[in-house]
Amino acid sequence: MAKNNIHIEVNHVTRVEGHGNIVVDAKDGQIEKVQWQVPEAPRFFEAMVVGRDYSELAVITSRICGICSIGHTLASLKATEAALGIGISETTRSLRELLLHGETLQSHILHIGYLVVPDLLRVNSVFSLAETHKDLLLAVTKVHRLANELCDIIGGRTTHPIRARVGRFSKLPEKKELEELKSRLKDILPDLQKIAETIKALADNFPAFERETEYLSLTQAGEYAFYGGDCITNDIAETIPVNRYREIVNEYVVPQSTAKFGKFNRDSFMVGALARYNNNFRQLTSLSTQAAEMLGLKGISYNPFMNNIAQVVECVFAVEKSMEHIDRLLDMELALEADKIEVKAGSGVGAVEVPRGILFHEYEYDDRGVCIKANCVIPTNLNHNNIQLDFEKMAPEFMELGPDELRFYLEMLVRAYDPCISCSTH
Amino acid sequence: MSSKPKVAFFDFACCEGCQLQVANLEEEILVLAQMVDVVEFREVMTGAAPAYDIAFIEGSITRRADENRLKDIRNRSKLLVAYGQCAVSGGINKLKNRRPGMDEVKKEVYGDSAGMPHLDTYPTKAIDEIVAVDFYIPGCPVNREEFLWVVKELLLGKTPRLPNYPVCVNCKLQENACLFDFSIICLGPLARAGCGAVCPANGVACCACRGTVDNPNKNAMHEILLKYNYTVEEIKKKFDIFAVDPEVQSGKK
Repeated sequence: MAKNNIHIEVNHVTRVEGHGNIVVDAKDGQIEKVQWQVPEAPRFFEAMVVGRDYSELAVITSRICGICSIGHTLASLKATEAALGIGISETTRSLRELLLHGETLQSHILHIGYLVVPDLLRVNSVFSLAETHKDLLLAVTKVHRLANELCDIIGGRTTHPIRARVGRFSKLPEKKELEELKSRLKDILPDLQKIAETIKALADNFPAFERETEYLSLTQAGEYAFYGGDCITNDIAETIPVNRYREIVNEYVVPQSTAKFGKFNRDSFMVGALARYNNNFRQLTSLSTQAAEMLGLKGISYNPFMNNIAQVVECVFAVEKSMEHIDRLLDMELALEADKIEVKAGSGVGAVEVPRGILFHEYEYDDRGVCIKANCVIPTNLNHNNIQLDFEKMAPEFMELGPDELRFYLEMLVRAYDPCISCSTH
Repeated sequence: MSSKPKVAFFDFACCEGCQLQVANLEEEILVLAQMVDVVEFREVMTGAAPAYDIAFIEGSITRRADENRLKDIRNRSKLLVAYGQCAVSGGINKLKNRRPGMDEVKKEVYGDSAGMPHLDTYPTKAIDEIVAVDFYIPGCPVNREEFLWVVKELLLGKTPRLPNYPVCVNCKLQENACLFDFSIICLGPLARAGCGAVCPANGVACCACRGTVDNPNKNAMHEILLKYNYTVEEIKKKFDIFAVDPEVQSGKK
């Protein structure tokens, strides 16, 4: 039957960051080729930073990604501090965590509100929501704006933050700014509730597709991990420290992608909100646990589309944790720390959970503090392989819906990962 | 059919942080969306169009295929705006050009696989090294208010003029302490203002992410370097971060 011959070619999937293509070929009802391709132009960041001073590394590598520039800044600072043997104060740590939660909230809400909801409503973009779902859109922009303002207040700028430096912050927020921020964070909880309820009402439009895989994230005792911790997956009994990340990521180059692929105990792994949730959901805060229950996310999920739901849950978590950190900071004596770094030769690894998953930076410095080698492993590059294997299971299962629907669901799957493709190639 | 100006957004090698600044306009982007027809913007919408009144280009060019795509967009656009420093000067992507050669660069990142054809790259080029550019919006990232202002000017048929005074002026107006007095080497004396001196105001040196003013006062900079005991080479190395050549009058207004 002719309808069992399918050719799908999506040249640059829309409503994702960066450039990715989908190719499907089927003959007589048999899938002959299904491929997730990443043609993004490499920028060669690991080569760019060689010869640059330690103090410039975060400034440069922040530019790997416009959306998670805070995450890159923090992973970069942690790697440099590990290499140079620099510790940070409790204030710096709390400010960094606050900044990271602000970015998670900003990135997740942008993805859910602007990029995913149009799929659930089967429209082409967020623009038409101004007429059909104005309340939802206003709630999304309100949360997004506040998340950005949080990052402005703490980091000096929301994209490519300024104040987060090696060992310190170059400027501190005023206490009255923190107090106001806290009251505004409290004020958006009902907006998040409204967004969560809307997503729940539309959640039946996420396909019931499942494929169990290896879920990789940071984990730590006592708290759902974002800033600190060791590496964990559902396939290992013991955690692995971040400086042994190369044993886990096992990067390799494939012809279909300028971003490297990776795998550990299975043919692929998944990182991001769902991986974090699957590994650490017992450590969620009270409101975020309620949000998960309300959204029907109970325990481990093997449905990659649930990554979107886990992102909603993490938005609530980010707001709760941000308020906690503000309280902590309000109890501290906030004083600017001096910039006194003693350089020495050394190498170090920094890892942070950024919106799309676990991120590693590794640098080696000479005795003048000049970078001589660098490696950055990006969450989306770790996810590409998993997207490919999801495609291979999904294409035959969804083929009978016809080429248009198959194409729609494959694109929707890519978006579910919230890929940051230019970042993944970097 | 709508008679509103057709506007499109494209990105090449970059972090897409500048288009995020457009998204960060929040409600204002919805107002803007009423004044124009956004016909192509891959990151936020599904859709395409044959021709554009204004094409906004983000990112720099590092491959032949991207060069052809850019030329095609130029041919179909009345006005072409390079926004963000990667588009304006090549930006951070040109740090790659400072390395010994493309083969070494590829090997450093891809190791033994560096020879695979899909990983091919050439030295980074700014947009105007390939096609004619009508307007520039510099910065890493662009300042979202400035972006909005430029769009409004263009829609009114005006020629937007960027601030043509150094970042030091912004610092003086804000009464920021001069970072040279804290032993921090800052490019503010030559760098183009318009950012509100956001880095010095936050205690960090200006890296001239918006390039230099049209006629940078190099004599004054030399005096500062002498006074604080820095070399021209140190300054030039800082300018490399955003691919700015302080010797060359930028001419990008």
